[in-house]
Amino acid sequence: MASEIKSTVFDPLVDNNPITLQVLGVCSALAVTTNMMAALIMSIALTTVTAFSSAIISSIRNHIPSSIRIIVQMTIIASLVIIVDQLLKAYAYEASKQLSVFVGLIITNCIVLGRAEAYAMKNPPVMSFLDGIGNGLGYSLILMVVGFFRELLGAGKLFGHQIIPVANEGGWYIPNGLMLLPPSAFFVIGLLIWLIRSLKKEQVEPADYQIHQVHRTEVL
Amino acid sequence: MEHYLSLFIRSIFIENLALSFFLGMCTFLAVSKKIETALGLGIAVILVQIITVPANNLIYQFLLKDGALAWAGMPDVDLSFLGLISYIGVIAAMVQILEMAMDKFTPALYNALGIFLPLITVNCAILGGTLFMVERDYNLAESAVYGVGSGLGWALAITAIAGIREKLKYSDVPDGLQGLGITFITAGLMALGFMAFSGIQL
Repeated sequence: MASEIKSTVFDPLVDNNPITLQVLGVCSALAVTTNMMAALIMSIALTTVTAFSSAIISSIRNHIPSSIRIIVQMTIIASLVIIVDQLLKAYAYEASKQLSVFVGLIITNCIVLGRAEAYAMKNPPVMSFLDGIGNGLGYSLILMVVGFFRELLGAGKLFGHQIIPVANEGGWYIPNGLMLLPPSAFFVIGLLIWLIRSLKKEQVEPADYQIHQVHRTEVL
Repeated sequence: MEHYLSLFIRSIFIENLALSFFLGMCTFLAVSKKIETALGLGIAVILVQIITVPANNLIYQFLLKDGALAWAGMPDVDLSFLGLISYIGVIAAMVQILEMAMDKFTPALYNALGIFLPLITVNCAILGGTLFMVERDYNLAESAVYGVGSGLGWALAITAIAGIREKLKYSDVPDGLQGLGITFITAGLMALGFMAFSGIQL
């Protein structure tokens, strides 16, 4: 039991990461990572919503008719997101302004619905809750790593504190403005996937079309 | 008229939902292996955007906005916190209605889009379009234009990346980048290309 709990929580971190392997919840991972503070708040919000929505959906899973289950799930998720959104507006107004529509978009974040469909509909509430936490953490990990590189290289800061002295304030580092622009998020995640898959060979996708197969066997 | 035209161009190119706001990325990355399916999904997104953005605009203007219920004699009621749940409800219902209507009147198109229609409910591009419309306080006409434009922009982006991926499978990609990794890099380069439009002042 203990090992099952451990694997439910820790597997989604690297081995079965929602973003780099399951391709879920990519939208917000790209959009809110220009600084680490926004990434952190988004991570906490998403982890909370995923954990509680999985637990709630799982606890009523035997009473949901399968033909209307998407609507039921959406209603539960949307209610949780409204609570998170209102809390953010009340206690962290600046951050909620900065995240703009992306808090609302947690509703359509594929991680939440994906875990509800794939895990919570089949497993008891406590395990579903842990599964939600695990996947939320896997998402948070990627967000924090991407946010770290984008904020450090793009502005020389971490969590808004100056780490590397930048050139226009008398330091030596010339910030790479590209890092704060949308395309860099794609590049950082693409390179991150490359890194993870180089370390974990079993995650490599087979190629659709083998161009050098013949050539390689000839050489060998 | 000029105002609407510039809003239209801006929503397609400069504020492209997929490439500058990263909306609908899950489907953008998952369903872009073939041009035909990407095009089908793109058309479905345009159709749903055309209906849902103005419909949600009406709901926001006449039911949810602060003081919007004045016509019903309740000027102090602010229901804007119910926004998210109403919009997603409208989107889910609209997709369902669209699906049934297409099944009845245009079976060919329905069969072509088939599996993608239900998926659109959870496509963030749709909800994102609505939320941007609310945040920017568009009126009905503007939201209709924005719906068409943002849908077109998304369809354009997914068709373009599907075209690139069809050719890309013949190239020699490092093992670790195969599939998802190289798609991310490609999308990044496309986003870089689309940034060229951001210099345009409208």
